Amino acid sequence: MKCDVCENEATVFLTQIINGQMTTVNLCETCSKAKGVTEETGFGLAEAFLSPSHRTESDTMEIVCDACGFTASQLKKIGRMGCPECYAAFRDGLDGLLRNMHKGTRHVGKRPSHTSAVAPQILPRQRATSVKEASPSAPVVPPVVPPPDVAKLRAELDLAVSEERYEDAAKLKSEIESLQPKASK
Amino acid sequence: MMRFATLIKNPADWMKGAGPHSDVVMTSRVRLARNLRGYPFPGFSQERQRIELLERARPVVEELPEMRDGYSEDYTELSKIRKQVLVERHLVSREHAARSSGCAVVVDRKQSISIMINEEDHFRIQGIRPGLNLTSAFEVVDRVDTELEGLLPYAFDPKLGYLTACPTNLGTGMRASVMLHLPALVLTEQINPVIKAIGKIGLAVRGLYGEGTEALGNLFQISNQHTLGEAEPEIIAQIEKVIEGVVRSEVTARAKLKEDHQTMLRDQIGRAFAILRYAHILTSKEALNLLSMLRLGADLDLVGNCDRSLIDMLLLEIQPAHLQLNAARELSPEERDSMRADLTRTRLQSIDGPGSFPPSQSNNGGTTSPTHDE
Ligand SMILES: [Zn+2]
Ligand SMILES: [Zn+2]
Repeated sequence: MKCDVCENEATVFLTQIINGQMTTVNLCETCSKAKGVTEETGFGLAEAFLSPSHRTESDTMEIVCDACGFTASQLKKIGRMGCPECYAAFRDGLDGLLRNMHKGTRHVGKRPSHTSAVAPQILPRQRATSVKEASPSAPVVPPVVPPPDVAKLRAELDLAVSEERYEDAAKLKSEIESLQPKASK
Repeated sequence: MMRFATLIKNPADWMKGAGPHSDVVMTSRVRLARNLRGYPFPGFSQERQRIELLERARPVVEELPEMRDGYSEDYTELSKIRKQVLVERHLVSREHAARSSGCAVVVDRKQSISIMINEEDHFRIQGIRPGLNLTSAFEVVDRVDTELEGLLPYAFDPKLGYLTACPTNLGTGMRASVMLHLPALVLTEQINPVIKAIGKIGLAVRGLYGEGTEALGNLFQISNQHTLGEAEPEIIAQIEKVIEGVVRSEVTARAKLKEDHQTMLRDQIGRAFAILRYAHILTSKEALNLLSMLRLGADLDLVGNCDRSLIDMLLLEIQPAHLQLNAARELSPEERDSMRADLTRTRLQSIDGPGSFPPSQSNNGGTTSPTHDE
């Protein structure tokens, strides 16, 4: 039997709840190891699912978090932020992402009562920083934020990965790949 | 502080405790994800940054009123087996246990609160209660969170709420989850529609350990997926309402099984008891599934002298790390299967078993030949 993620022979079989059904997921040694049992917090998994081909897709100009150096492509790759300030740096496109993930885009729950705990309000802030010297004279850079449908798929992929729904994740991954502009290759 | 051995020797409140609906609901857990301003999230920080945060935060956490005189351990001091035992007790996550340098866990004396430092977020504050009692689990973590917030600078944004490493936790940073034992819904094949319905209203259904999500022992975890746009009490009220419904379905299915399929039910429970009581090799999967049947039998008064908490303790003790801790060494899978059977045989000695239970009316005068009736 083949691995649901790659083409290798599957050796690990998990009964899982996928799309509301109990289903069996088959994984090879490598992919099962990548699921985070022995690695840090599923980061290995996120990388395993996302092929190296689009790691370099938006190297030329890139939004970077001032505070921690996290880049937009890293965010796209692992679906997580680098530091609290990243939410300000990557604010554009965030609402769309959040809308697909949550009931709303505005927090309505508990608030710290101690003023020391409240960070300065995050204001819209976007800068394009040249990461690689590749094309300094390049004209207006296309937005790094993926089109809404890709963003939605990425959100779903992230969720699938964090919930270890490998089958869903694999499907989403190939969907995303099919939507990626071929220009980056 | 408390030693590991002391912590593990005493069963937690929630292991022996009976809570609301505890025939169907094993535990209620609530966890809050929290981060500090000025530090990268653990997944994107350097080892020295994680250690720096740990050295600053751990003494503060240890001194919280709820956590005082509890158990606190740096992961570099903790063996693989011990970490795994904490995972099996749901005190730390599997992801956190896989980490080492710069990570620590602090557990209160009653094992009802655990605080993981440098998990995916700087803090994961978890409360666990027996039965269906998310409100009480939330009250506990809410109190601890408020205390911690006064001592350390949280990363909070008025619009986005508590800032978390993963945007899926943004807002309240709260995950409320309930562990359910649903053998009758599985036996009557009603489980898939139930799971599907729960999924449709935005809740997640997973297996025993959530992470691996193998649906063993008819155990299911239900939790919220949305954390932004709803307040904590709303989220909890919604889950509790859904769980009440699932509990009703399970109870109805159990009553129906007992009424309409008594022979099949007694057969399954009898077989489960016989294997658990006399087997010498038991895999984890087999044991969990059989213990599930025995628990059902105990809940339906079909097993004599069987206390539910004995089964619930066994469900923990037969797990790989607990067996290895007990043996004080690493065990091969074959050794574990044999030790698991030894332990189960011993524990079940005190149970009368389904066979010695007074026969029900349908079995009265059962000396007639089998061909006589049908
Ligand atoms: Zn594979
Ligand atoms: Zn950042």
